[in-house]
Amino acid sequence: MSIRDLSDPEYFDEVAEANAEERSMDGLRPTYGTVDPLSGLMDPAESVSSRPEHHRLLKYLRREILPTTFCTGCGGGTVLNTFTNAIDEMRIDPKEMVCVTGIGCSSWIPSPYFLCDTLHTTHGRAIAFACGVKVMKPDMKVIIIAGDGDLAGIGGNHLIHAARRNIDITVFLVNNFIYGMTGGQVSPTTPFGIRTTTTPYANVEHPMRIADLVAAAGGSYVARWTTFHAFQLMESMQYAIRKKGFSFIEVMSQCPVSFGKSAGMKDPVSNLKYLRDNSIHVDGTKGMSEEELEGKFVVGRLVERNQ
Amino acid sequence: MIIVDEAFCKGCRICTEFCPTDVLVDSETINKKGYYPPVVAKQGECHGCRLCELLCPEFAIFIVNE
Repeated sequence: MSIRDLSDPEYFDEVAEANAEERSMDGLRPTYGTVDPLSGLMDPAESVSSRPEHHRLLKYLRREILPTTFCTGCGGGTVLNTFTNAIDEMRIDPKEMVCVTGIGCSSWIPSPYFLCDTLHTTHGRAIAFACGVKVMKPDMKVIIIAGDGDLAGIGGNHLIHAARRNIDITVFLVNNFIYGMTGGQVSPTTPFGIRTTTTPYANVEHPMRIADLVAAAGGSYVARWTTFHAFQLMESMQYAIRKKGFSFIEVMSQCPVSFGKSAGMKDPVSNLKYLRDNSIHVDGTKGMSEEELEGKFVVGRLVERNQ
Repeated sequence: MIIVDEAFCKGCRICTEFCPTDVLVDSETINKKGYYPPVVAKQGECHGCRLCELLCPEFAIFIVNE
C-alpha cells in the first residue's frame, strides 16, 4: 500500500466512498450513527434474528450496542459475562435491580450493556448515589460495579463509610491495577515496581489491598477473586447479592492494553496467566509471612459476619 | 455443541488457550472485523465444561445442548 498525498482532493472522496460502502455491508455492526438515538431503542430481536443461533444470555443485554467497546481480551467483558450468568441462575428479574456505576472502563460493564435500571454517576461517587437509591427503594437490589480508581482511589472515603454503616448494597470492584480509560496512570492498586504513564521510573509505592480494608471497615461479606476463577466468582456473586448487609467482591481483572503494555503483558492470555499463577486461596495462606505473600493475590472468601 | 459467533469475536485467544481438552484452535481466516476467531477442531471431545463460555469477554462463544 503506497502513501497517498493528503493534499490530493480525490483522496477524501475515495475514503468517503469506501466508508459508505463499508457502512452498508450488513446489519451486524453497531448502530451508532445510523439510528436516531431520540427515536427510541431499536427492536432488540431484529439485530440478531438473522442469525440461526445466538447466546442464551443476550436477553439480559442491550443488544443494539453489542459487540462491546471493550478492548480485545478486556476483563470487564468477563465480569459482565459472569455477572449475567449469576443473575440468570438466581432468576432475578432485572426490573427489581438497579445498577450504579461511576466513571471508567469498569463502569461500562453494567451501564450501557446490562438491560436494567442503571445510574451512571460522577467519578468516585457511585456508592453515595447507591445509598440514596437504597433509601428510596429499599426493596430493590442495588448493585455497584465500578473500578479501582473510581471506588478505591477517588471515592475511597465513601467505600469505607458505606462498609462501616453496613448498608444493604452489593459492590463488585473490578481491579485492573491502573487507570485504564485515561491512558494508564498509576492507581492506588498498581503493584510495586510497575512502570506507568505517571511513574516512568517504576512505581515506588505499595498497592492498597482494598478487600482487606473493607473487611476491617466492617463489611458483612468480603471476597476476592480474579477473572480467571470465573465459576468461583459467579457463585460468590450470587452469595453476595443474597447476603443482607454490605457485601463486597474485589475482582482482579486483566487489562492488556493499559496495564499489560507497561508490565510486559500485552497479550490477554499472558495477562490472565499472571492472575492465575499469582493467586493463592485464603485457606492455603496460614503460616505464610508477609514477605511470601508480597505480590500475590489472596483469593477466596475473606470475611463473613452477621451483624 | 460449541457455537462461535464470529461477528462478536475480537480474537483475544483466551478460549483457545484455556480450553482443557484443546477442542478450539485459531482460525486461519479473518472475520469481517479482521480478527482471527476460534474454530472448533474436535467437536466430539468437548466435555461441556463451559469455561470458554464464561471466560469469553464478548459473548461470542457458547454451548448448546444437543
